[in-house]
Amino acid sequence: MGVPLDQDTKRGLTLIAPPLVYALALLAGPLLAVLVFSFWTQDYLTIDRTPTLANYAEALTDPIYRTIMGRSIAISGVVTIVTVILAFPVAYYVSFHVRPDRKSLWLFLITIPFWTSYLLRIFLWKVMLGFNGVINSALTGLGLIDAPLTFLLYNANAVVLTLSHAFAPFAILPIFVALEKIDRSLLEAARDLGETAVTTFLRVTLPLAMPGVIAALLIVFIPTVGDYVTPAEVGGPGGLMIANLIQAHFGGLNNAPMGATLAILAMGIVTIIALATVLIARKLSGGAR
Amino acid sequence: MLRAYVILFLAFLYAPILLLPVFAFNDGTVIAFPLDGFTTKWFAELWTNDELHAALMNSLFVAGTSSVLAVLLGLAAARANIRYRFPAKAAAMGLIMLPLVLPEIIVGVSLLVVAVRMLGLDLSLWTVVAAHVLICTPFAIAILNASFQSLDPSLEEAAIDLGCSRAETFRLITLPLVMPGIVAALLISFTISLDEFIIAFFLTGSDPTLPVYIWSLLRFPRLIPVVMALGTILMIVSIGILVLAEWNRRRGLARTGAKDSGGFL
Repeated sequence: MGVPLDQDTKRGLTLIAPPLVYALALLAGPLLAVLVFSFWTQDYLTIDRTPTLANYAEALTDPIYRTIMGRSIAISGVVTIVTVILAFPVAYYVSFHVRPDRKSLWLFLITIPFWTSYLLRIFLWKVMLGFNGVINSALTGLGLIDAPLTFLLYNANAVVLTLSHAFAPFAILPIFVALEKIDRSLLEAARDLGETAVTTFLRVTLPLAMPGVIAALLIVFIPTVGDYVTPAEVGGPGGLMIANLIQAHFGGLNNAPMGATLAILAMGIVTIIALATVLIARKLSGGAR
Repeated sequence: MLRAYVILFLAFLYAPILLLPVFAFNDGTVIAFPLDGFTTKWFAELWTNDELHAALMNSLFVAGTSSVLAVLLGLAAARANIRYRFPAKAAAMGLIMLPLVLPEIIVGVSLLVVAVRMLGLDLSLWTVVAAHVLICTPFAIAILNASFQSLDPSLEEAAIDLGCSRAETFRLITLPLVMPGIVAALLISFTISLDEFIIAFFLTGSDPTLPVYIWSLLRFPRLIPVVMALGTILMIVSIGILVLAEWNRRRGLARTGAKDSGGFL
C-alpha cells in the first residue's frame, strides 16, 4: 500500500474508537459492576458494601439454587444436542441437494418463522401443547385418546421442545456455511478411492463440517441457558431456569446482589462448558489441523 | 427420505406460526379448538386501543433510534476491521461482537445494575435504546463486514489518484457501493430491536415497548385474541421488511459483481 503503515494504524484506531468505547462503557463496565455487586450483600432494605463470598457460598450450597442451576444446564444441553441433530440433515439437504440458485430461497424459507414475535411464538407453543390445544384436539378428534394428555405442557420437556424450535435456524445456518465450504472434489476422490457413500460421509464430510457443528453447539447452548420467557411460559414450576431465578432476585425477592452472583456463576459455568466443548471437539476431529 | 424429513422439519418450523391468523379471525376469546366462526372484530379493537398505540410508538422510537446508532457504530467497526490493521484488533472486535453470544438476560441485568444501583438513573426508553444499540451493533457489523469485503480497494485508490479527497472518495465511491449493506443492516437491527423482550423488560420505566406490553396482555385471557390479531399484522410487516432486505442485498451483490453466497447472517 502507498500510505505509510503508522498512518493506516491511526485511521484504524480512529474508526474503531467509537464502537469500542461504547462497548467498554456499556458492556465491559457493567459486567465488572455486576461482578463487584455479586460480592456485596442485601441487608433488608439497604445494601451492605463489605466484600464477602457469602452469596457464592449460599448459591453453591442451597439446594434450590443448585437444582435450578443444574436443571438449566441440563435443559440447555439437551436442547443443544436435539437442535443440532435435527438441524444437520436440513443443512446437508440445502447444501448438497438444492440447486445453487435456489439455496438462498431455501435459507429464507427456514428463517422466516423466526422473524415473527418471539413472545407470540412461545405463546403459540402453549396453544399447541395445551389441554384444549392443537395436539390434544387432533388426537381426541381422531379417536386415538379419550381424555386430553396433560404431560405435554408445563414441564421440562415442553421447554426443550419450544427452545429447540426457537433455535433451529441458529443451528442450521453455521452447519450450512461449513458444508458449503467443503470442496466437492474431495468427496469424488474418496468415492474413486473405494469409500462407500456412508464411509465418505463419516470420514470426509462430517470431519470437514465439524467447525460448523461446533459453532452451532455454542450458538444454541449459550443463549438458551439464559432464556427467560420459555421456562416462564411453558415450563411450569418444574421447568423454571436460572434466568427466572435471576429476574426474581432483581424483582420481587429484592436481593439484587444474589441475582448478580447467580448471573456471574451462570456465565462462569457456561464459559467453562463452552471452552470444554471446543477443546473436546478439536481433539475428536484429530490434531491434524 | 432426506427430502421427506426436510419437509416434515419445515412443517414443524411453520406449525405454530400458522396458528396466528387462525385465532386472529376466530370469533371466541378462548384460544383453543374447536373454532367459533369468523370475525374481524379483534382487528377492529386494535384501532381503538390507546395503550397499544402508545406501546407501538415507543417501540418504533426505540427501534428507529437504536438501528441508526447501531449501523453508524457498525460502519466504523466493519471499515476498521476489513481495511486497517491496528494493535489489539482481535480483542477489540471480540468485545464489540460479544453481545452476539452473551445471554440477553446478562446484558439486561448488568445495565440495570449500573443504571439504577450505581448511577441512580431513572429508567426510560433511552436506557432501552442504549442496550439495543449494544446488541444490534454486532449484527450490523456482520452484514457490513461482508459489504466492505466485497468492495474492491483499487476503486478507492483510483479515486484518490484521480484527485478526490478522502472525504469525497468515501461519499462518491465507498458509500454508494456499501449502501445495500447499510440498508440491510438498518432493517435487521430495526427488526431485532422491535422484537426484543427481556432487555426491554428489565430496562423500561413507565413506558412499555410493544413486546413488554404484549407480555402484560398474555396475563389477561380476554385480550389474547387481540394479541393474535396484532401478531398477524406484525408477522406480515416483519416478512415484508425481510423480503425488502433480501431484495436489496441481492441488488447490492449484483452491483459489486460478487456471487450470491446465501443469506444475511
